[in-house]
Amino acid sequence: MPKNHTIHKIVVIGSGPIIIGQAAEFDYAGSQACLSLKEEGYEVVLINSNPATIMTDDEIADKIYLEPLTLDSVSQILAKEKPDALLPTLGGQTGLNLAVELDDAGILDRYQIQLLGTSLKTIKQAEDREAFKELMQKLHQPVPESLTVHSITAAITFANSIHYPVIVRPAYTLGGTGGGIASNQADLAKIMQRGLTLSPVNECLVEKSIAGYKEIEYEVMRDNLGDKIVVCNMENMDPVGIHTGDSIVFAPSQTLTDQEYQTLRKASLQIIDALDIKGGCNVQLAQDPTSAQYYIIEVNPRVSRSSALASKATGYPIAKIAAKIAVGLNLSEIQNPVTKTTFAAFEPALDYVVAKIPRFPFDKFPDAERTLGTQMKATGEVMGIGITIEEALLKCVQSLEIDSNYQITLQPKEQPPHAELVQQLKHATDVRLFYLFSALQAGLAVTEIHALTQIDLFFLTKLDHIYQLQQTLKIKPTATAIGQAKQFGLSNQMIAAASGLTSTTIEQTLTKQSLKPVYKMVDTCAGEFASTTPYFYSTYFASENESKPLGNSVLVIGSGPIRIGQGIEFDYTTVHCVQSIQQNGYNAIIINNNPETVSTDFSISDKLYFEPLTLESVMNVVKLEQPLGVIVQFGGQTAINLTKDLVSNGVKILGTSLKGIEQTENRKQFEQLLQSLAIKQPAGATATDLATAKKIAQQIGYPVMVRPSFVLGGRAMAIVQDEQALTGYLKRALTVAPGQPILIDHYIKGIECEVDILSDGKQVFIPGIMEHLEGSGVHSGDSIAVYPPQRLSASQQATIVATAIKIGEQVHCVGMMNIQFIAADQLYVIEVNPRASRTVPFMSKVTHQHLAKIATSLILGKTLADLHLQPGLGKTPGMVAVKAPVFSFMKLPAMKTTLSPEMKSTGETIGQGKTYQQALTKALLDSYHFRPTTTAKIVLLDTSFQSDSILKKQLLAKKMTPILVSQLPVAGWQTMAPTKLDSLTTADVAFVGACNADATTTDPLVYYALSHNLSLFTAKDTITAVTNLIEH
Amino acid sequence: MKRYLILEDGTTFAGQAFGDLTKEVSGEVVFNTGMTGYQEAITDPSYTNQLITFTYPLIGNYGIDQNRSQSLKATCTAVIVHQLAEQSFHYTSQENLDDFLKAQQIPGISGIDTRALTKHLRQHGTMTGILSNQAQVVNFTKATQQTLTEKEPAYQTKYYSTNTTKHHVVLIDFGVKQAIINNLLAHDCSVDVVPYTSDFATIANLNPDGILLSNGPADPTDYADSLPLIQQLQTHYPLAGICLGHQLFALANGATTYQLSYGHRGLNHPVKNLITGKTIMTSQNHGYAVAADSLATTPLQVTQIEGNDGSIEGLKHETLPAISVQYHPEANPGPSDGNLFFNQFNQLMTEGVLQHA
Repeated sequence: MPKNHTIHKIVVIGSGPIIIGQAAEFDYAGSQACLSLKEEGYEVVLINSNPATIMTDDEIADKIYLEPLTLDSVSQILAKEKPDALLPTLGGQTGLNLAVELDDAGILDRYQIQLLGTSLKTIKQAEDREAFKELMQKLHQPVPESLTVHSITAAITFANSIHYPVIVRPAYTLGGTGGGIASNQADLAKIMQRGLTLSPVNECLVEKSIAGYKEIEYEVMRDNLGDKIVVCNMENMDPVGIHTGDSIVFAPSQTLTDQEYQTLRKASLQIIDALDIKGGCNVQLAQDPTSAQYYIIEVNPRVSRSSALASKATGYPIAKIAAKIAVGLNLSEIQNPVTKTTFAAFEPALDYVVAKIPRFPFDKFPDAERTLGTQMKATGEVMGIGITIEEALLKCVQSLEIDSNYQITLQPKEQPPHAELVQQLKHATDVRLFYLFSALQAGLAVTEIHALTQIDLFFLTKLDHIYQLQQTLKIKPTATAIGQAKQFGLSNQMIAAASGLTSTTIEQTLTKQSLKPVYKMVDTCAGEFASTTPYFYSTYFASENESKPLGNSVLVIGSGPIRIGQGIEFDYTTVHCVQSIQQNGYNAIIINNNPETVSTDFSISDKLYFEPLTLESVMNVVKLEQPLGVIVQFGGQTAINLTKDLVSNGVKILGTSLKGIEQTENRKQFEQLLQSLAIKQPAGATATDLATAKKIAQQIGYPVMVRPSFVLGGRAMAIVQDEQALTGYLKRALTVAPGQPILIDHYIKGIECEVDILSDGKQVFIPGIMEHLEGSGVHSGDSIAVYPPQRLSASQQATIVATAIKIGEQVHCVGMMNIQFIAADQLYVIEVNPRASRTVPFMSKVTHQHLAKIATSLILGKTLADLHLQPGLGKTPGMVAVKAPVFSFMKLPAMKTTLSPEMKSTGETIGQGKTYQQALTKALLDSYHFRPTTTAKIVLLDTSFQSDSILKKQLLAKKMTPILVSQLPVAGWQTMAPTKLDSLTTADVAFVGACNADATTTDPLVYYALSHNLSLFTAKDTITAVTNLIEH
Repeated sequence: MKRYLILEDGTTFAGQAFGDLTKEVSGEVVFNTGMTGYQEAITDPSYTNQLITFTYPLIGNYGIDQNRSQSLKATCTAVIVHQLAEQSFHYTSQENLDDFLKAQQIPGISGIDTRALTKHLRQHGTMTGILSNQAQVVNFTKATQQTLTEKEPAYQTKYYSTNTTKHHVVLIDFGVKQAIINNLLAHDCSVDVVPYTSDFATIANLNPDGILLSNGPADPTDYADSLPLIQQLQTHYPLAGICLGHQLFALANGATTYQLSYGHRGLNHPVKNLITGKTIMTSQNHGYAVAADSLATTPLQVTQIEGNDGSIEGLKHETLPAISVQYHPEANPGPSDGNLFFNQFNQLMTEGVLQHA
């Protein structure tokens, strides 16, 4: 079919701020799709409220709206743009839900906007459980017995008839939010209550549990002719019962016979035919491990996290092809962008194994419930490619950036007692993989482990093989044993830990045997056709190296898995760095391990190595490619942490020198630096034990801010008021980072602000000052950032600029740095990050300057003058921009919710306006559902506000009704017992403020706010600002 | 135990021996890109006298189940894999791949860079290789002559019945896959399988409603003696050909065939139907193809082509009820998207029966 010529202008809806279940994969899909549409000659208009995305770059679309993703806001844009068509299937659930809302509101009809891709009817049919079940029954495709219910009683009656355990799945929610497995009536009632409230249509599916079945996914595509293909199938190591986003996954399937593979393939294709899918689709199935019985679990009629994984696993760009199908093209006429000699109508054949391990946020949220179930909890993921299961899996382990003990020994530090081990195996948590090794260590047979976990013996045997390799190294670390271990993917560090040999000895042994990795190409066709894809992975289990050094190249270290504190912003800067390297006339090579992101799209760089971000992996690439240098400024702390070791291995770091980096990162050197420049910093010192810590705190005076050094996102950071709290904190901090010094600073209350600086080593350019709405004490990543500053005086701003310039000049910053300040009685510097920070995308978007690209040019030798940049502070625009954090509290039961020095947000949203009020209002529209014009009067506050008479007055002045939610009456307040919350009409509640220090998502008021989708604010300064916005 | 794969251009791969540990063998080295279906491929008679390389690195994961075998005896020469699964845990598994190959006296080699081998074959074309426990051969040609296997598929003479017989098919066995017979049965056809050396009278005596020319090994031009039979059969009965059967049908009607550089062996080959414009995914296993430019002077029409290289995948006779496909509509291994072929054959037989009535 020819391309659709009746349309010219297409609006693409992005997925908005990053939350658990909807992350960077949609930036990857969205950018691919927009470029793909532009390639076909269409005018593309993009709407997304997430500034930290490549898709919102000017090159990606013809027009970009960094505007809220709400019905009102999008309707206004559609009215103005009058597009011919709208493509909603690339913006995750947010995109789909908005399309449904726009259609229901008659907006699409009013402006005669055609919907591209899979139709709304299909979307509804796939997403509405009952409609889907009916369709499956019509197709004779088996689905587990289930019933749609709207009440807890109905759920219980049905569960009794089909027997426990049952799964609860709320309709129309993200990443399975609110679902769960119930083994008894009490559990069911609890899960149902949450599920019903989270579902926008108050609807849940209660379903017979098929936990323990093999969980299999098929990523499928279908075009306008009805031609259809399977891009990739995947098998979860964790059987049905754990959300696929939280499961360890392998591609292709490993334990299915051809008959089973084909049966599930045929079922998937029959379903997408019946649904009339036009584009990409994800089908999840369950295969009984002991019979031919299978079930259809669910269908996602859009690109998804799994499709990003499948694209990276195979090289087949699903989103790009889906966009072409949406405008009328068909698979058999679209060129396969990998081989360039074949067409998109084929099914990729892999000649390697792909593993994925999710990255969980529990290192930052030790209080959150770690047990895994049907509700996704991971913030990111890593992928490993190898020739064997062992190699692929161990590459993932090396990439996780978690407790190094797990990464090196594959086991918990201490062997757990038997009972705990059994619990860990039966009830999977984020670290179950390591307890599986622990079980092998404890002498459990694979069959016993299988009985406890239902993990297929195929996978358990592979884990046992890894364990046996470790044992051989332990008993007899011969050259052969080392060689064997390398062949199956053990890193040198793993070998060192198992054998007790030093890394030098291991490296010498490898050199003697001339053992080094070879690099193989990901080509979609298992070598059958000639390809030139610049996409490689390493293996020690092969002989031919296919990667020829590029020459004239610069190597960029990526930022690894998305986690709290190191999010998509760092992928954004990585991609910009790569683009700038190319613009400066060099070949750009990237190493990264995150399958969700734009940086690991092989078409971004001149060469992509999909590898762990460890010294060993990076050095192997360096040895082969011999790049002119390595850039570490854009891959977050992951890349910075590698710098020292790279330098000692003789690698040339481009940009700020190691000396400069250490001057800002090493506590002592940093102190000296600031002293020499006469710059103030909060009084403080370093302790490595409790006694010293107590002494220091006494000297500098409480309250003190404590944190381990060399950490990102304020991990394990806290403000403590007295010695008792200090003791409690230190005990925990010392286990998180043993041996690492703990920093203890006097806590200063003031306005926090920050700048990103760019420098050529001589002069410094500052694009702008960002002022934080919340006071110091709230992590900068969780603060609402305002640009330009609203409260800082001119002289304070001038001091900030002068101080930033002094620091930049003194450390000879080449490239970028981020400096954080507290403006109080004087200006204090609290932190310098010798790298691009998370504010770079936001500042780039609002100042219309590609800061990371400019910084890369500076790193490659350009001067500020060459780039026509005036040293000093950049021009302030005639507008205000606000960056607000977005949280995933709903996904993480029991996590703490009150903002603190420890970062909690998973994403960010932008608001821009002529005034500060307008900008802040916009920033709070889509993720916080807050409207200053709300007619609701009630403001629910927790007991942390009971002595806050100022806020109360402020609320009353706005004609609001503040209610203190408290068990006991409080003088001067209207109070309400937590148990009475359900008597309220949610439409009457304007917002909820909950700032008790220990509040978690299970706190009744917080839970009430989250489960009813109410605006929830968890920092006092935010609440004051929000109250000021209210227009009455 | 060490074992070596030595190609005719001298390229040598060292790996570990499995399967039969003593035999030294040689033959044409080919590669298969399927990620599943190793057992179906190994037992597919079309691979007779070939050394099969699997490009997917993990082979043997789900073991061996006799019900999946495509012939009674595996007649390929050797099996080449990257990593052999030593154990299998699938509930249908009766033995592991290694034991199966030992029992079938087929040698195997594992632990070699199968991607490097595949790329070598793709770049230089399919070639002869020797699988040996010695690292070197003095005289490759001589060694090949001594070790070349000359196996034959186990041709059948057997009647298969179904409860719902609508048509009776005589299947001319050039090395048939069991799945073809099973598919005919599933499409309400009873089947008489006869060896390809059978004569017209024998076949006619079976009173067929239609004839199916099966798949099979080797160069189609080796079967010159069968062409007159095919010419005779197509004028008397509705006829269908699969794979080798398709090539022989073309040859019998005056077309020619040629050897593909490295063949089509995999489960992901797109085939475009020229009439409907639709593309399906097919299972393929062939080293030869019908020459497109030889068709002009024949009564044959091209119905389907391969999506990537445009080679001929389907033919039909202009006047006679005869159709053929190069791919494997019976799947096993691979997708069954092409299954419609059996319905089309049934349709031809239904029309044929009506004519005779």
